[in-house]
This record gives sequence, structure tokens and C-alpha cells, in this order.
Amino acid sequence: MIIATVTHWGAITLRVVREMGRMTLFLMQTIMWLGRPPFRFRQLLKQMHFIGVKSLFVIVLTGIFTGMVLGLQGYYSLRKFGAEALLGSAVALSMIRELGPVLSALMVTGRAGSAMTAEIGLMRITEQIDALDTMAISPMQYLVAPKVLAGVLVLPLLVSIFDVIGIYGGYLVGVKLLGISSGGYTASMVSAVEWKDVYGGILKALSFGLIVTWVCTYKGYHTSMSAEGLGKATTEAVVLASVLVLIWDYFLTSVLL
Amino acid sequence: MSNETPIIRLVDLYKAFGEHLVLDGLNLEVPRGKLTTIIGRSGGGKSVLLKHIIGLIRPDRGQVLVDETDITQLGQRELNEIRKKFAMLFQGAALFDSLSVFDNVAFPLREKSNFNEAEINFKVLEVLEQVGLTGMEQKYPSELSGGMRKRAGLARALVLGPEIMLFDEPTTGLDPLLARTIHDLILETQHRYRFTAVMVSHEIPEIFGISDYVAMLLDGKIVEMAPPAQFVRTQNPAIQEFINGGKPECVSSESESVQEARRP
Repeated sequence: MIIATVTHWGAITLRVVREMGRMTLFLMQTIMWLGRPPFRFRQLLKQMHFIGVKSLFVIVLTGIFTGMVLGLQGYYSLRKFGAEALLGSAVALSMIRELGPVLSALMVTGRAGSAMTAEIGLMRITEQIDALDTMAISPMQYLVAPKVLAGVLVLPLLVSIFDVIGIYGGYLVGVKLLGISSGGYTASMVSAVEWKDVYGGILKALSFGLIVTWVCTYKGYHTSMSAEGLGKATTEAVVLASVLVLIWDYFLTSVLL
Repeated sequence: MSNETPIIRLVDLYKAFGEHLVLDGLNLEVPRGKLTTIIGRSGGGKSVLLKHIIGLIRPDRGQVLVDETDITQLGQRELNEIRKKFAMLFQGAALFDSLSVFDNVAFPLREKSNFNEAEINFKVLEVLEQVGLTGMEQKYPSELSGGMRKRAGLARALVLGPEIMLFDEPTTGLDPLLARTIHDLILETQHRYRFTAVMVSHEIPEIFGISDYVAMLLDGKIVEMAPPAQFVRTQNPAIQEFINGGKPECVSSESESVQEARRP
């Protein structure tokens, strides 16, 4: 009984450690291939368009509503202390430090990351990845590296847009709907937000971009050879990427604060 | 290298997936410039064998010698050098979904040659004509039938003029008529390009008509390899059973006459 339990947990531990090792190797290979010619600018641009431009609508939509709900919640909380004038700083700081990077990363995972896993996974199943290999073209370089680099480059831009739209959403609710002064909203924001907050948010965005594309390409690349396996890989990719984003966010915040 | 030495030699190859031993001390010599067909049970490791030849799978033990270079010992860069001799037609053709037929065929040229766009254009149209896909350049793989995909896959494989072509069940999923036209196409292009071909197939007796050599993979080993006429007369009961579709009787002279008629 005891031996069976130990064996069971041992097997799980081994599997987890092995998977972590493989993921790390995968990331290292990706970075290595990024440094080697030929540099695939066309592929990179295509991926930036896919991750960036095509996520814009979702980012704008979630950004504006997040800002609006923050404005609403913030207003009623702050009013208890008679501090409605601080709404601008409350909205801006939560957007820039936390909600912008985290929610953008989650949206990109759902929209672009899952598609990435499915695309690479299907290419694996239909032997298109093997075909690249037989043509002496590294699939890591051709397929994976441009996606990861694009994710790292694009996510900070998406986060910036998310932040700006969100802050405007808070402004709409606070100033236009609930009637705090426009100058107060802006002034409290300007006095409270420091460059450190902005850099921190961008740093988060960069690392989330890496996490999301890394996990999603990895899961696609190592899909098992069936339709069921592809569905499983996509689900796992989205779940793992989202969870890792949140965990990493905690660690990064504790260091940055 | 002389015409006598085999272009590919597999020496004492072992490969297991988990507990399942797929290749069990396999030896095979592929003669230069000939079409060698490997037959065997479904799931018996034929595709695995083919993938060993081009280094997509590394063996647990043994050697894969291509022109006497052991590719199992090579790093990625040297392996890619050797792979330039090869092209492979995959079971499902493995066309890139995101590219049109033209771009699929042009892909190896753009990646691996120094031709300019005009020359690429010329070469692609030429090879598409050879496989009978003129007018299909702008179609996408999802718009093609199974037979047309195979043709496009063949065109993409041929476009760099490989020394060695690997065919992984080129006629699976096609009706008998289409299968025959694909077989004819393989024969025709082999005569034109003079490549060495290794084909994995189930199509008995058709492959006897087009192959120079037939090899039987059984229990992880090549148990017999001979020219078709000799191969069908083998005394090995397992092979007799396999090529007669479960009936352990001697092969009629029919497949030999097929061969006489088809082989140019």
C-alpha cells in the first residue's frame, strides 16, 4: 500500500520534472535558433500581425470594460472615505501595474495562443513538420522562433493600448457618468503614477509574451498524433499558459514592489 | 561513387518505442538508381524504417549509412547537408496548408537554391506540368483531391532534383485507377530524374510491376529482398501468405506478366 502510493507519486513527480526539462530545452533551442541566419522577417511580421493586429479588437473591448468597472467600483469604495478625487490614480495604477499586463496576456492566450497550438499541432499530425525537417529547414527556426519573438515584441504594445483604453474607460465612468472633476481625475493619476510603474508593467508584458508563446508552441510541437491529442494539447496550452502567467505575475510583483 | 556500391545501407538497426520493439536488428542495402519497395504488415514499422533513412528518427542502436556516411552520428548541421540528397513524399503529402500549390512547390527552391523568381517560376511550372497539375498553381491544398495532393507533393519533392526519393505509402487512400496513375508517375519521373527510390507500400501485386527490388519487413527484420520475379517464388511461407492475401498458395504467373508488360 505504502509502496504503491510512493510509486504513484514518484511517477507523477518524474513526469513533471521530465516535462519541465523538455520545456526548458525547447526554450533554449528556440533562443539559439533566433540567433542563427537566415532571419525570417516575413514570418516574424506575419506572426506580429496575427498576435498583435488581430487581437486588437479583443484588447480594446476588454480594456474599456475593465477600466469602466474599475471606475465604478473605485468610485463607490473611495467615496466612503471622501476620496473620490483619487479615482484617477486608483484606476491608472491598477491598470498599469496589474490588470493591463495580466488581462492582455490572458486574452492573447485565448485568442492567439490556442490557435498557435492548434496550427503547430496539426502540422505535426499531418507530417508538415517532418516535411520541413526533410527539406533541411529547422521547424524550430521556421515555425517556433518567429512566434515566440513576435509574442515578446507585440505584448508590450497590446498592454500599452489596453492601459490607455482602460484609463479612458475609468474616465468615462468617473467623470462623465459620476461627475468627478476631469482635472482631478487626470491630476491624481499624474501625481501617483511613476515611471517605475510603467517600466514594471512593460517588463511584465515582455515576460508574459514569452510565457504564452513558449507554452503554446511547445504544446503544439509535442502533440500526440491524433485529433483527440490535438484537442488535449490546445486545452493544456491555454490552462498552463494562463496559470503560469498568474504565478509569474505574483513573483514579479513581489520583486518589483 | 561506383554504381555497384549500395547508396544506403542499414546495419543492425534497433528501435523500440517504450516496450514495443519495432526494428529488431534490421539490415538492408538499397541499390543505387533502383526502385526498392518495402512491404510488410500495417503498423509493422515500415514508415519508421523510412524515417530512419532520412534521420527523422534516430535508432537505439545500429548504423544508417548514406554513401557510407553514418548519419546517426551527425549533428544537425551535417545531417542537413546529407538531407539535401533526399526528398520524401509523405503519406498525406504533407503540403503546407497556408501556401498555394505554386508556393508549396517553390518553397524548397526559395529556401535552398539561389534561383531568382523568374527561374523559380519556370522550374515550378515545368515540374507541375510533369505531374499533371498545370492550371492548379493557385489552388490551396484544402481545395485539392487526394490524388492531386499526392501529385503536388511529388512535384515539391522533385523540384530540387534529389538523388534519393522516399515514398511513404504513396497510393494509400486512392482508388485503384488513381493508384495506378500515381505508380506510373513515379516510374516515369524515376526514369526522367534517375533517382534512387525507396517506397513503402501495401499495393500487392501492383508494386511487383514497378519495383526493381522488393523487400519484406517482418518482425523488425528484412526477411527477404529480391527482384519481383524471384521474390514471388520465395519458399518463405509467411511471405507467401502475405502476398497471397492470407491464402498460402504459390503465386500465379499473373504478377510476372504484369511486370513484363509494365516495365519499360
